[in-house]
Amino acid sequence: MRQILTGVTLAAAAAMTLLAAPVAMAQNGPLRITITEGVIEPIPYAVPSFVAESAAAQSYADQLSRVVADDLSGTGLFREIPRDAQISTITSFQSPVQFADWKAINAQALITGAVDVNSSGQLVVKFRVYDVFAGAELGEGMQFAGTADGVRRMAHKVADQVYSRITGETGYFDSRVVYVSETGPKDRRAKRLAIMDYDGANLQYLTDSRSIVLAPRFSPNGDRVLYTSYETGEPRVHVLNVGAVQSRILPTASGLMSFAPRFSPDGRSVVYSVTRGANTDIFRMDIASGSTTQLTTAPSIETGPSFSPDGSRIVFESDRSGTQQLYIMSANGGEPQRISFGAGRYGTPVWSPRGDLIAFTKQNAGRFHIGVMRVDGSEERLLTASFLDEGPTWAPNGRVLMFMRETQGAQGASSLYSVDISGRNLKRVPTPEGASDPSWGPLQ
Amino acid sequence: MKHISKALMLMAVLAVSACTNPDRFGGAGGGAGSGQYGAGAGAGGVIPGSANDPRSTAYFQQNVGDRVLFAVDQSSLSPQAQATLDGQVQWLQTNSDYLAVIEGHADEQGTREYNLALGARRANSVMEYLIARGIPASRLKFVSYGKERPIAICSEESCYNQNRRAVTIISAGGLTS
Repeated sequence: MRQILTGVTLAAAAAMTLLAAPVAMAQNGPLRITITEGVIEPIPYAVPSFVAESAAAQSYADQLSRVVADDLSGTGLFREIPRDAQISTITSFQSPVQFADWKAINAQALITGAVDVNSSGQLVVKFRVYDVFAGAELGEGMQFAGTADGVRRMAHKVADQVYSRITGETGYFDSRVVYVSETGPKDRRAKRLAIMDYDGANLQYLTDSRSIVLAPRFSPNGDRVLYTSYETGEPRVHVLNVGAVQSRILPTASGLMSFAPRFSPDGRSVVYSVTRGANTDIFRMDIASGSTTQLTTAPSIETGPSFSPDGSRIVFESDRSGTQQLYIMSANGGEPQRISFGAGRYGTPVWSPRGDLIAFTKQNAGRFHIGVMRVDGSEERLLTASFLDEGPTWAPNGRVLMFMRETQGAQGASSLYSVDISGRNLKRVPTPEGASDPSWGPLQ
Repeated sequence: MKHISKALMLMAVLAVSACTNPDRFGGAGGGAGSGQYGAGAGAGGVIPGSANDPRSTAYFQQNVGDRVLFAVDQSSLSPQAQATLDGQVQWLQTNSDYLAVIEGHADEQGTREYNLALGARRANSVMEYLIARGIPASRLKFVSYGKERPIAICSEESCYNQNRRAVTIISAGGLTS
């Protein structure tokens, strides 16, 4: 009994259909971790090479299990038990698992998988997750089918399932990041938009570097990207269709600087800043009609707007008090409420997709920090510190932040980092050149 | 009116391309000359386009002073900045066929989008000063580069104070009528 889960279009070209079929009875074991703010002992797991069920599938079998392991271990929540420590080998997807062999090496979770190439040339990937100490399967086995160029995506989907079954949270591995790729020295830096998988694979450039481009932001479903470009001489907000790699300028006030755009959660409107004279205010535009509404009117700098996930409110930064601070207002404008009160300056607020937290950049005593606070401004926590950390973006599950870190000095360069909202697992995201202004897209 | 806006657009293009050319601004002290316009300067006579030619961009940059500097997070004009701008006013009044784009900049110690708005504040301060001293607004335009185009690249105050700047970029506007 096969059941179509979802159809996915790869930006590159080939369509990949994902099929899921239960291959075993569901049974929830006690294997469970809760993601908290405390220090977590990573769960030891094993993911033996997937079984190639035909010669044609051979070249994908090991890659699949490697990507799954990179995803899981990369969270810091799981620790892989290396292959050379494993006693059992999995040579058939159907054979019963020898739990004693996996217990002996203290693997709490076991992921087995198989890959085949079907008659229409598609890869068919199956997997099962086991709670070793309960001696039982964790959830149902599943099967995906897709084209060979989507092999990494299929592995990410497997890992998302494993992550979700063990943590109870939605995963974030089958997602993409759009960012600014940077080359050249600080005073002549060339910038172009790039898009990649969350782990840096499948990099693709979306613009050339003839004009400065800044701060791309994904639409809620990942089909479009807003960004700021100097193509016309002054910074203006552009919208780019990711599939067609075609962009157009938004009909913001002509001749004025417009920047700092972000989509509304329904993807139908955009909030952004416009500068008129010394004054920068926040506007909202309905994309279809081009009609605009001015949301702030103070003579100060208002920028960095970001919607709440329900679309009812907007968090933004303003220096109306004399320094950059965070404020929340209704999505229709009106009197805002200040939420940041700590020492230093606060900018680039971004509302968590779960709705509970605001991530921000904080500048204090010559250092930059990425931090989070509750929506009412309470429980501020700084997650990072460096010469220049800036511009957090949320993983689709609201558990991880990606941001830009720039090093100090004449040779200073930017790169992308990610960190858990607990402050754990700070690590660099691989990019072939300098990188800034990441925007994390939705789970695909 | 129509060809004015065309000219402004052309200026914007020139300003952007200028920004990608480090020689365009010369050295920090203003005396280093410009590779593009300064060649041959000092050879004796007035070479058109050289720093000896009072109508040249090189002259404007080096003798009048094309930039003013700002304190941290500020956009107010110091007495020194006002003196520089008075010189710019005089030059622009003498050379009334020139247009100017004022580019506002910030140092790297700030977030990107805020610095864009801050650079705009600085450029706007200069533009308002020039207008108040009699330069027609139609000859002026500003754009902010935030922290995207530092002129000095070290991460110390000695570089930051050069980067917190507003630079007046002049161009023969084609306003010949």
